[in-house]
Amino acid sequence: MGTPAVQLDSLVRCFGTFRAVDGVSFSVERGEVIGFLGPNGAGKSTTMKMLTGYLQPSEGRALVEGNDAWRAPTRAKALVGYLPEGAPAYAEMTPVAFLRFCARARGVARRDVVRLVEHAAERAGLRHMMRQPIETLSKGYKRRVGLAQAILHDPPVLVLDEPTDGLDPNQKAEVRRLINEMAPEKAVILSTHILEEVEAICTRVVLIAQGTVLADETPGVLRARDPGHQRVTLRCSGANAEVRTALAAIGGVERVEEGPGGGSDAALVVYASGGAPIAGDVAGVCHDRGWAVFSLEVHSGSLDRVFRDLTTRSPEGAA
Amino acid sequence: MRALRTVYARELVAYAVSPVAPIFIVIFLVLIGVMTLNVAGLYERGLADLTPFFNYLPWLCMFLVPALAMRLWSEERRTGTGELLLTLPLGIWPVVVGKFLAAWTIAVLAIGLTFPLWITVSVLGDPDHGVILSGYLSIIMVAGAFMAVGASISASTSSQVVAFVLTLLVCLLLSLAGFRPVVSFIDGRVPPGVVEALLDLSVLPRYRAMSASDFSLDDAVYFLSLIGCALGLNVAFVNAGRAG
Repeated sequence: MGTPAVQLDSLVRCFGTFRAVDGVSFSVERGEVIGFLGPNGAGKSTTMKMLTGYLQPSEGRALVEGNDAWRAPTRAKALVGYLPEGAPAYAEMTPVAFLRFCARARGVARRDVVRLVEHAAERAGLRHMMRQPIETLSKGYKRRVGLAQAILHDPPVLVLDEPTDGLDPNQKAEVRRLINEMAPEKAVILSTHILEEVEAICTRVVLIAQGTVLADETPGVLRARDPGHQRVTLRCSGANAEVRTALAAIGGVERVEEGPGGGSDAALVVYASGGAPIAGDVAGVCHDRGWAVFSLEVHSGSLDRVFRDLTTRSPEGAA
Repeated sequence: MRALRTVYARELVAYAVSPVAPIFIVIFLVLIGVMTLNVAGLYERGLADLTPFFNYLPWLCMFLVPALAMRLWSEERRTGTGELLLTLPLGIWPVVVGKFLAAWTIAVLAIGLTFPLWITVSVLGDPDHGVILSGYLSIIMVAGAFMAVGASISASTSSQVVAFVLTLLVCLLLSLAGFRPVVSFIDGRVPPGVVEALLDLSVLPRYRAMSASDFSLDDAVYFLSLIGCALGLNVAFVNAGRAG
């Protein structure tokens, strides 16, 4: 494989004695959408600012297609589209003037400016708001102006700091659709607090807390870290005591508990050891014994739970 | 050059669409008119020159240039647009110089709009046009130096008010350093070398000398180096928060 679109090598950024980012490394290929997760103050924005060449790394380096974002800023910056946190834009300008300025600043030839700006505005859903001063636009439209600015020059790398923060559900869906559309040919890094968003659009999750990477894997693998992953909730016609014994004998079953409510017809909760899939075996046992299955639910784990587990652990205890 | 032109054009438009520039120009013209015609009595002097006008100009610039410069960088810091600007592939110098030139252009425009006074003295008498031209060039240089100082100070704070007050203060010090009462006050209290250095650095004595006679290369070099140093400081202030 050639040079990755983005490569972060042991990035460190100190503010005084505080290490906001403390040795972050990962790389991103084109076609990947990275969900950059972490609690507030984890160092997400600071990492992005180093990647986009706004901040100098205290140690380590950020490479964009092999170009150092701080030492070869002009080349690196030309390859990146960046939506800073809060989507800042010059309030007194209209979107069309602002986007034309960004296009010119990015070296787009004068004859191509109008076409590119129109194209970006179209994709970001800005068409009807192009002549209103940005300060009069709603939050959703301001965000779209920022997005249009980021995708204007069709960059191979997109860095989006909380692209859907403060948007309503329809607008969120639109932004996700836009990112999904562009995803195949770009390397996208987006930070977010919204875990469902990660499930919806990200191919990989990088979870950081206190400036260090805690997890770097696909959303599915991350979700499997939930101790309740593959847990099965079962209701069947068999007597509970008998069913419990039978299920506990299945290989891969850690323990069987009675679900909430209690009583003889309470649901049984079957925990899998090590997250191995057990639903098939559970159904098989019921079938063999001739118990009618009323309901069988497989819990796939929740990112929410994993997020809380990983980020509230003390740093010493982190694996 | 493309980067510089792009930034320059954006800043000029920003001045034009905001109420700041028109208000600045109107206030400037009214004040300089009142001072020259009513306070100094240009007509009553019976001399066809613009000496009183050029005497008042630097003092007026001291208040009005900081008002133009204060938003240049502090507003970018306050609203977060600076982060966007500095992640565009522009380079820091073209951005700093482009912004400065745009603000200076507005100041030059305001100074240029005093041309009716020149016409008036030309109609009423026979002024020395060389001296008047030299005066204009001199005040444009002074405005440039003040503007560069203002731009640099604006990059050190996210508050426009702080930027305004600090710039006013620094411009005042730069001017007063060579003012006669100040010089006679510190003369004898500090080593003579310091007094000389202050006189060399100071804006006003040089302005007085050059606006009264010919605009020399020497003066141009002085002001351009002052502007260069201030803009160097501007770059340093912008980068201060970014360096690791």
